[in-house]
Amino acid sequence: MRLQYPPNVRIIEVPCTGKVDVMHLLMAFEYGADGVIVVGCLEGDCHYSAGNLYAKKRVNRVKEILDKVGVGGERLAMYNLSSGMGGRFAEIVREITEKIMELGPSPIRVATGKATGPIAEVTT
Amino acid sequence: MIKAVPKPLEEILDQVKDFTKVLIAGCDGCVTVCEAGGLKEVKVLASALRLYFTQAGKQAQIDETSLTRQCEKEYLAQLSDKMDIYDAVVSLACGCGVQYMAEMYNNKIIYPGVDTCFLGVNEERGLYVERCQACGRCILAETGGICPIARCSKRMLNGPCGGSDKGKCEINKDIPCGWELIYERLKTLGQLDRFEKPVDPKDWSTSRDGGPRTIVREDLRI
Repeated sequence: MRLQYPPNVRIIEVPCTGKVDVMHLLMAFEYGADGVIVVGCLEGDCHYSAGNLYAKKRVNRVKEILDKVGVGGERLAMYNLSSGMGGRFAEIVREITEKIMELGPSPIRVATGKATGPIAEVTT
Repeated sequence: MIKAVPKPLEEILDQVKDFTKVLIAGCDGCVTVCEAGGLKEVKVLASALRLYFTQAGKQAQIDETSLTRQCEKEYLAQLSDKMDIYDAVVSLACGCGVQYMAEMYNNKIIYPGVDTCFLGVNEERGLYVERCQACGRCILAETGGICPIARCSKRMLNGPCGGSDKGKCEINKDIPCGWELIYERLKTLGQLDRFEKPVDPKDWSTSRDGGPRTIVREDLRI
């Protein structure tokens, strides 16, 4: 499709968003990610029945944790897309990258002096 | 098993915010089963604390460990070599484990990381229900295997009371009437005649009435 989306995004592939654990998300922020999005299949369309629904709960839990520890839950989001929605995926990545740019570097990178330029992580 | 829930993160943050070396100690026993204080929860809490300290610009060492059981000295002793370096420990064990750790490491600040709730069963993942109040004298043989002390809101020995409505308890329509459950079970077992004779008053001396309880098993002691 030759769709363009920002190059400062690192894609981590997992077999299903049900594989994405609370610790994976927290570690991404510990390692200095400015933002993370989890992109799962459409609700009701999970090949493993409910993997994306488990992921949604975990994402919400991590958002709460990020709010409480001062990193900010708005740096994490989950989207549900089908494999035929490449255009929307690129659009979301552009939107989230802009949003993270507005928020600025993660407080973790600012505190550790590694804030050279924002990195957004995407988990698909 | 003992059921517990994680304490609110902000409560733990408030307690440890002034320290620089903190150990998060989980327990591989009951609290692991109810996903409140096992190694997984230790890792999540430690990560949250690291994020908190880092964003606050504070250098802090947050270490993680989980012991087989925190209610036994032998396992708690595994921490003896490194305990000195920590300012405080957050124990994710039940109240027993937290207290035993505090007793064993007398000069160390030990914070509880979970709220210990009750003795219960796993009805399903994330749904834990009380089944026993550890009263010290089990009467399940007389009540069809359903405990009126744990499952009747009034702990009645001769129920049901007038608050039983269509099998539910008057205090909450989601709570089954313990005595309705007992009646149905005794009916299934063909033991309904048990309802024809009142139950004697319960001996509560084995419960909390005498203060903290102790079990002495001379046959086991070395």
